[in-house]
Amino acid sequence: MSTIDKVTDIMRDLFEDYSGPITPAIAAKDVPDWDSLAHVKLMVQVERAFGIRFEAREVSQPQNVGELVALIDQKLAAKG
Amino acid sequence: MTHSVRDLPWLAPAPDDIRERIRAVANNSRPGADIQFLASHRLEPQLAANLGKQIAKARNDQRPLSPLSDFQLGVLAGATFDLLAEQIPAAAARHGVAAELILADYAQVMQAAIDPNSSIARARPDVVLVAVDHHWLGLDHDLGDPASRLSAALAQLRTIVEGIRRNAGAPAILQTVATPPGSLFGSFDRAHSGSLRALIDAFNTGLAELARESGSYILDAASLAERIGTDAWFDPVQHFAYKLPFAAECAPAYADLLGRLLGAIRGKARKCLVLDLDNTLWGGVIGDDGMEGIVVGQGNAVGEAHLALQRYAKTLRARGVILAVSSKNEDAAARQPFRDHPDILLSESDIAVFQANWLDKASNLEAIAKTLNIGLDALVLLDDNPAERAQLRAALPMVAVPELPADPSWFAWYLSSAGYFEAVSFSSEDAARSASYAADAARADVKSSSRDLGDYLSSLQMRLACTAFDGVGRARIAQLINKSNQFNLTTRRYTEAEMAALPPDVFTAQVRLSDRFGDLGMIGVLIARPLSHKGESAWDIDSWLMSCRVLGRRVEEAMLAHIAGAAKDAGIRTLIGRYLPTAKNPMVADHYTKLGFTEIAKDSNGASYALDLADYAPPPLPFL
Repeated sequence: MSTIDKVTDIMRDLFEDYSGPITPAIAAKDVPDWDSLAHVKLMVQVERAFGIRFEAREVSQPQNVGELVALIDQKLAAKG
Repeated sequence: MTHSVRDLPWLAPAPDDIRERIRAVANNSRPGADIQFLASHRLEPQLAANLGKQIAKARNDQRPLSPLSDFQLGVLAGATFDLLAEQIPAAAARHGVAAELILADYAQVMQAAIDPNSSIARARPDVVLVAVDHHWLGLDHDLGDPASRLSAALAQLRTIVEGIRRNAGAPAILQTVATPPGSLFGSFDRAHSGSLRALIDAFNTGLAELARESGSYILDAASLAERIGTDAWFDPVQHFAYKLPFAAECAPAYADLLGRLLGAIRGKARKCLVLDLDNTLWGGVIGDDGMEGIVVGQGNAVGEAHLALQRYAKTLRARGVILAVSSKNEDAAARQPFRDHPDILLSESDIAVFQANWLDKASNLEAIAKTLNIGLDALVLLDDNPAERAQLRAALPMVAVPELPADPSWFAWYLSSAGYFEAVSFSSEDAARSASYAADAARADVKSSSRDLGDYLSSLQMRLACTAFDGVGRARIAQLINKSNQFNLTTRRYTEAEMAALPPDVFTAQVRLSDRFGDLGMIGVLIARPLSHKGESAWDIDSWLMSCRVLGRRVEEAMLAHIAGAAKDAGIRTLIGRYLPTAKNPMVADHYTKLGFTEIAKDSNGASYALDLADYAPPPLPFL
């Protein structure tokens, strides 16, 4: 499963009431329930699902789904 | 699966359609039992959170949540609690409670406790959780002398407890404080009274004292942190970035710890431990292996593991948990180890109800609950067999059935980690309770076992393979032929050499079974010899044996269908079956009549039966 598919699955479970598209351009402003707390949940679940840990400077870095996917891929590559 | 309390490994794996089933709760007019059943599975944290939302939705819609007990839980938290809060309703439902949380404003702990108009005070919750850590309590500030820091922290806690009592009219749950990693001096921290470790130890002791004096409950988060390991419990990134009190990965375990406490407060803790025998309380199968063959006791790793489980069960009994037995066995064989085996720690007098028979476990557990006059939701079944566990969960979802790994070394760990017998107090009456149930290992009447197993058997996705004897299978065939005592119609023994020398007109079958839980291996053997019966050719079933593990799965019917098909293909008109009784095989006394054979002869040595193949058609069977 590709990174974005996996992130999409996590977001579908997290934002149950959102049925719009999930694409790289989708950002917090597009999803009604995507507030700061939901962002924490999203990051925590991404860590769990991909077996990675973000650094403090990374947690608020991604501005949309595409940037989150890129960050995950970068960390997965570094992990080897 | 790791054996870590963090992952709740005793919970049943979630079914594939768990998402749909959680969503479907919205359409259920009385969803309480369904919610509790879904919550009893190992859920992804987000799915547990979504199940929690369904509980809130049902409450808003005024759909009744019974058998779950309503519980209003106030929370005073010194850090971001939202991620924990959303895990709590599902965890509480697992333990019989429909929890509704009232969260005080973040970091307004003291104000919420002492202000008579705070949201917590106005909500009049049943209990208020005080979830503060060493930061909040100021135990890690290096100002002032350690003794005054300690007394200030305890005084703050006391003020909160008294405020909650006065303003919200509720008792408190006080959470013990975990010791973060890191030290000032190293090992000398233990001896230095001003070290954080020493202060937290003293604080937790003072907290327990305060709980006792004030009638508060204790949530031992420190013990949970210790089990998970404080390096994993304290996540500095999540603490700095999200203000989480501890790592998000530990939230489900924390929620379960709280859930079982809420359950215990509402009297929902389990009361009775029902034990399987073969490969649970001892290693091996008493009916086949006999007294000398079962493994229990010192001097053998597996035997010591089973003994450790017995010891744990015995201590549970001493604190008031009722013990019962449910085992697929002959009653006399099952009781013998308790009477005569020198290494068995439990005695019959420890067992309140003793059910050893060949009926399904669900009917037996119903009989146990009825005899003890307790609810099925007070029972825990400990059983090594995954298929029995799945069947029991499907038939009686209110019974707690922990998962177990294959290695019995972990059985006691799983049982104790699952927290079924959580208590909020302990008295001499509690200790006497288990003895008050006439501990006479009574046999309860099982009224009916006409339970419809069709769906369950189909859900097992069983595959049965019947093939003629061959060189590969011969060693295992010989083992079965020479070891099986119970499901064995004639108890005839053959060596490998004798089997290899069987003439070609002898029919043989080795039967293998697998299901969705795994491969059960070779579980049955058939041998039939040609014979003339009333002038026509017949097959005389010389040997028919089966592993007792696969009873109740219609394997015997499938074996008959197999041999009947082979016989018809060979132009055979009649199958002849024989039952030669022994001390160990009464369970198959009616084997042939149950399968539709007619008795044709009977004497003191046994009975013979015949089946006219012209009248036989195989029934639909639950195998793939």
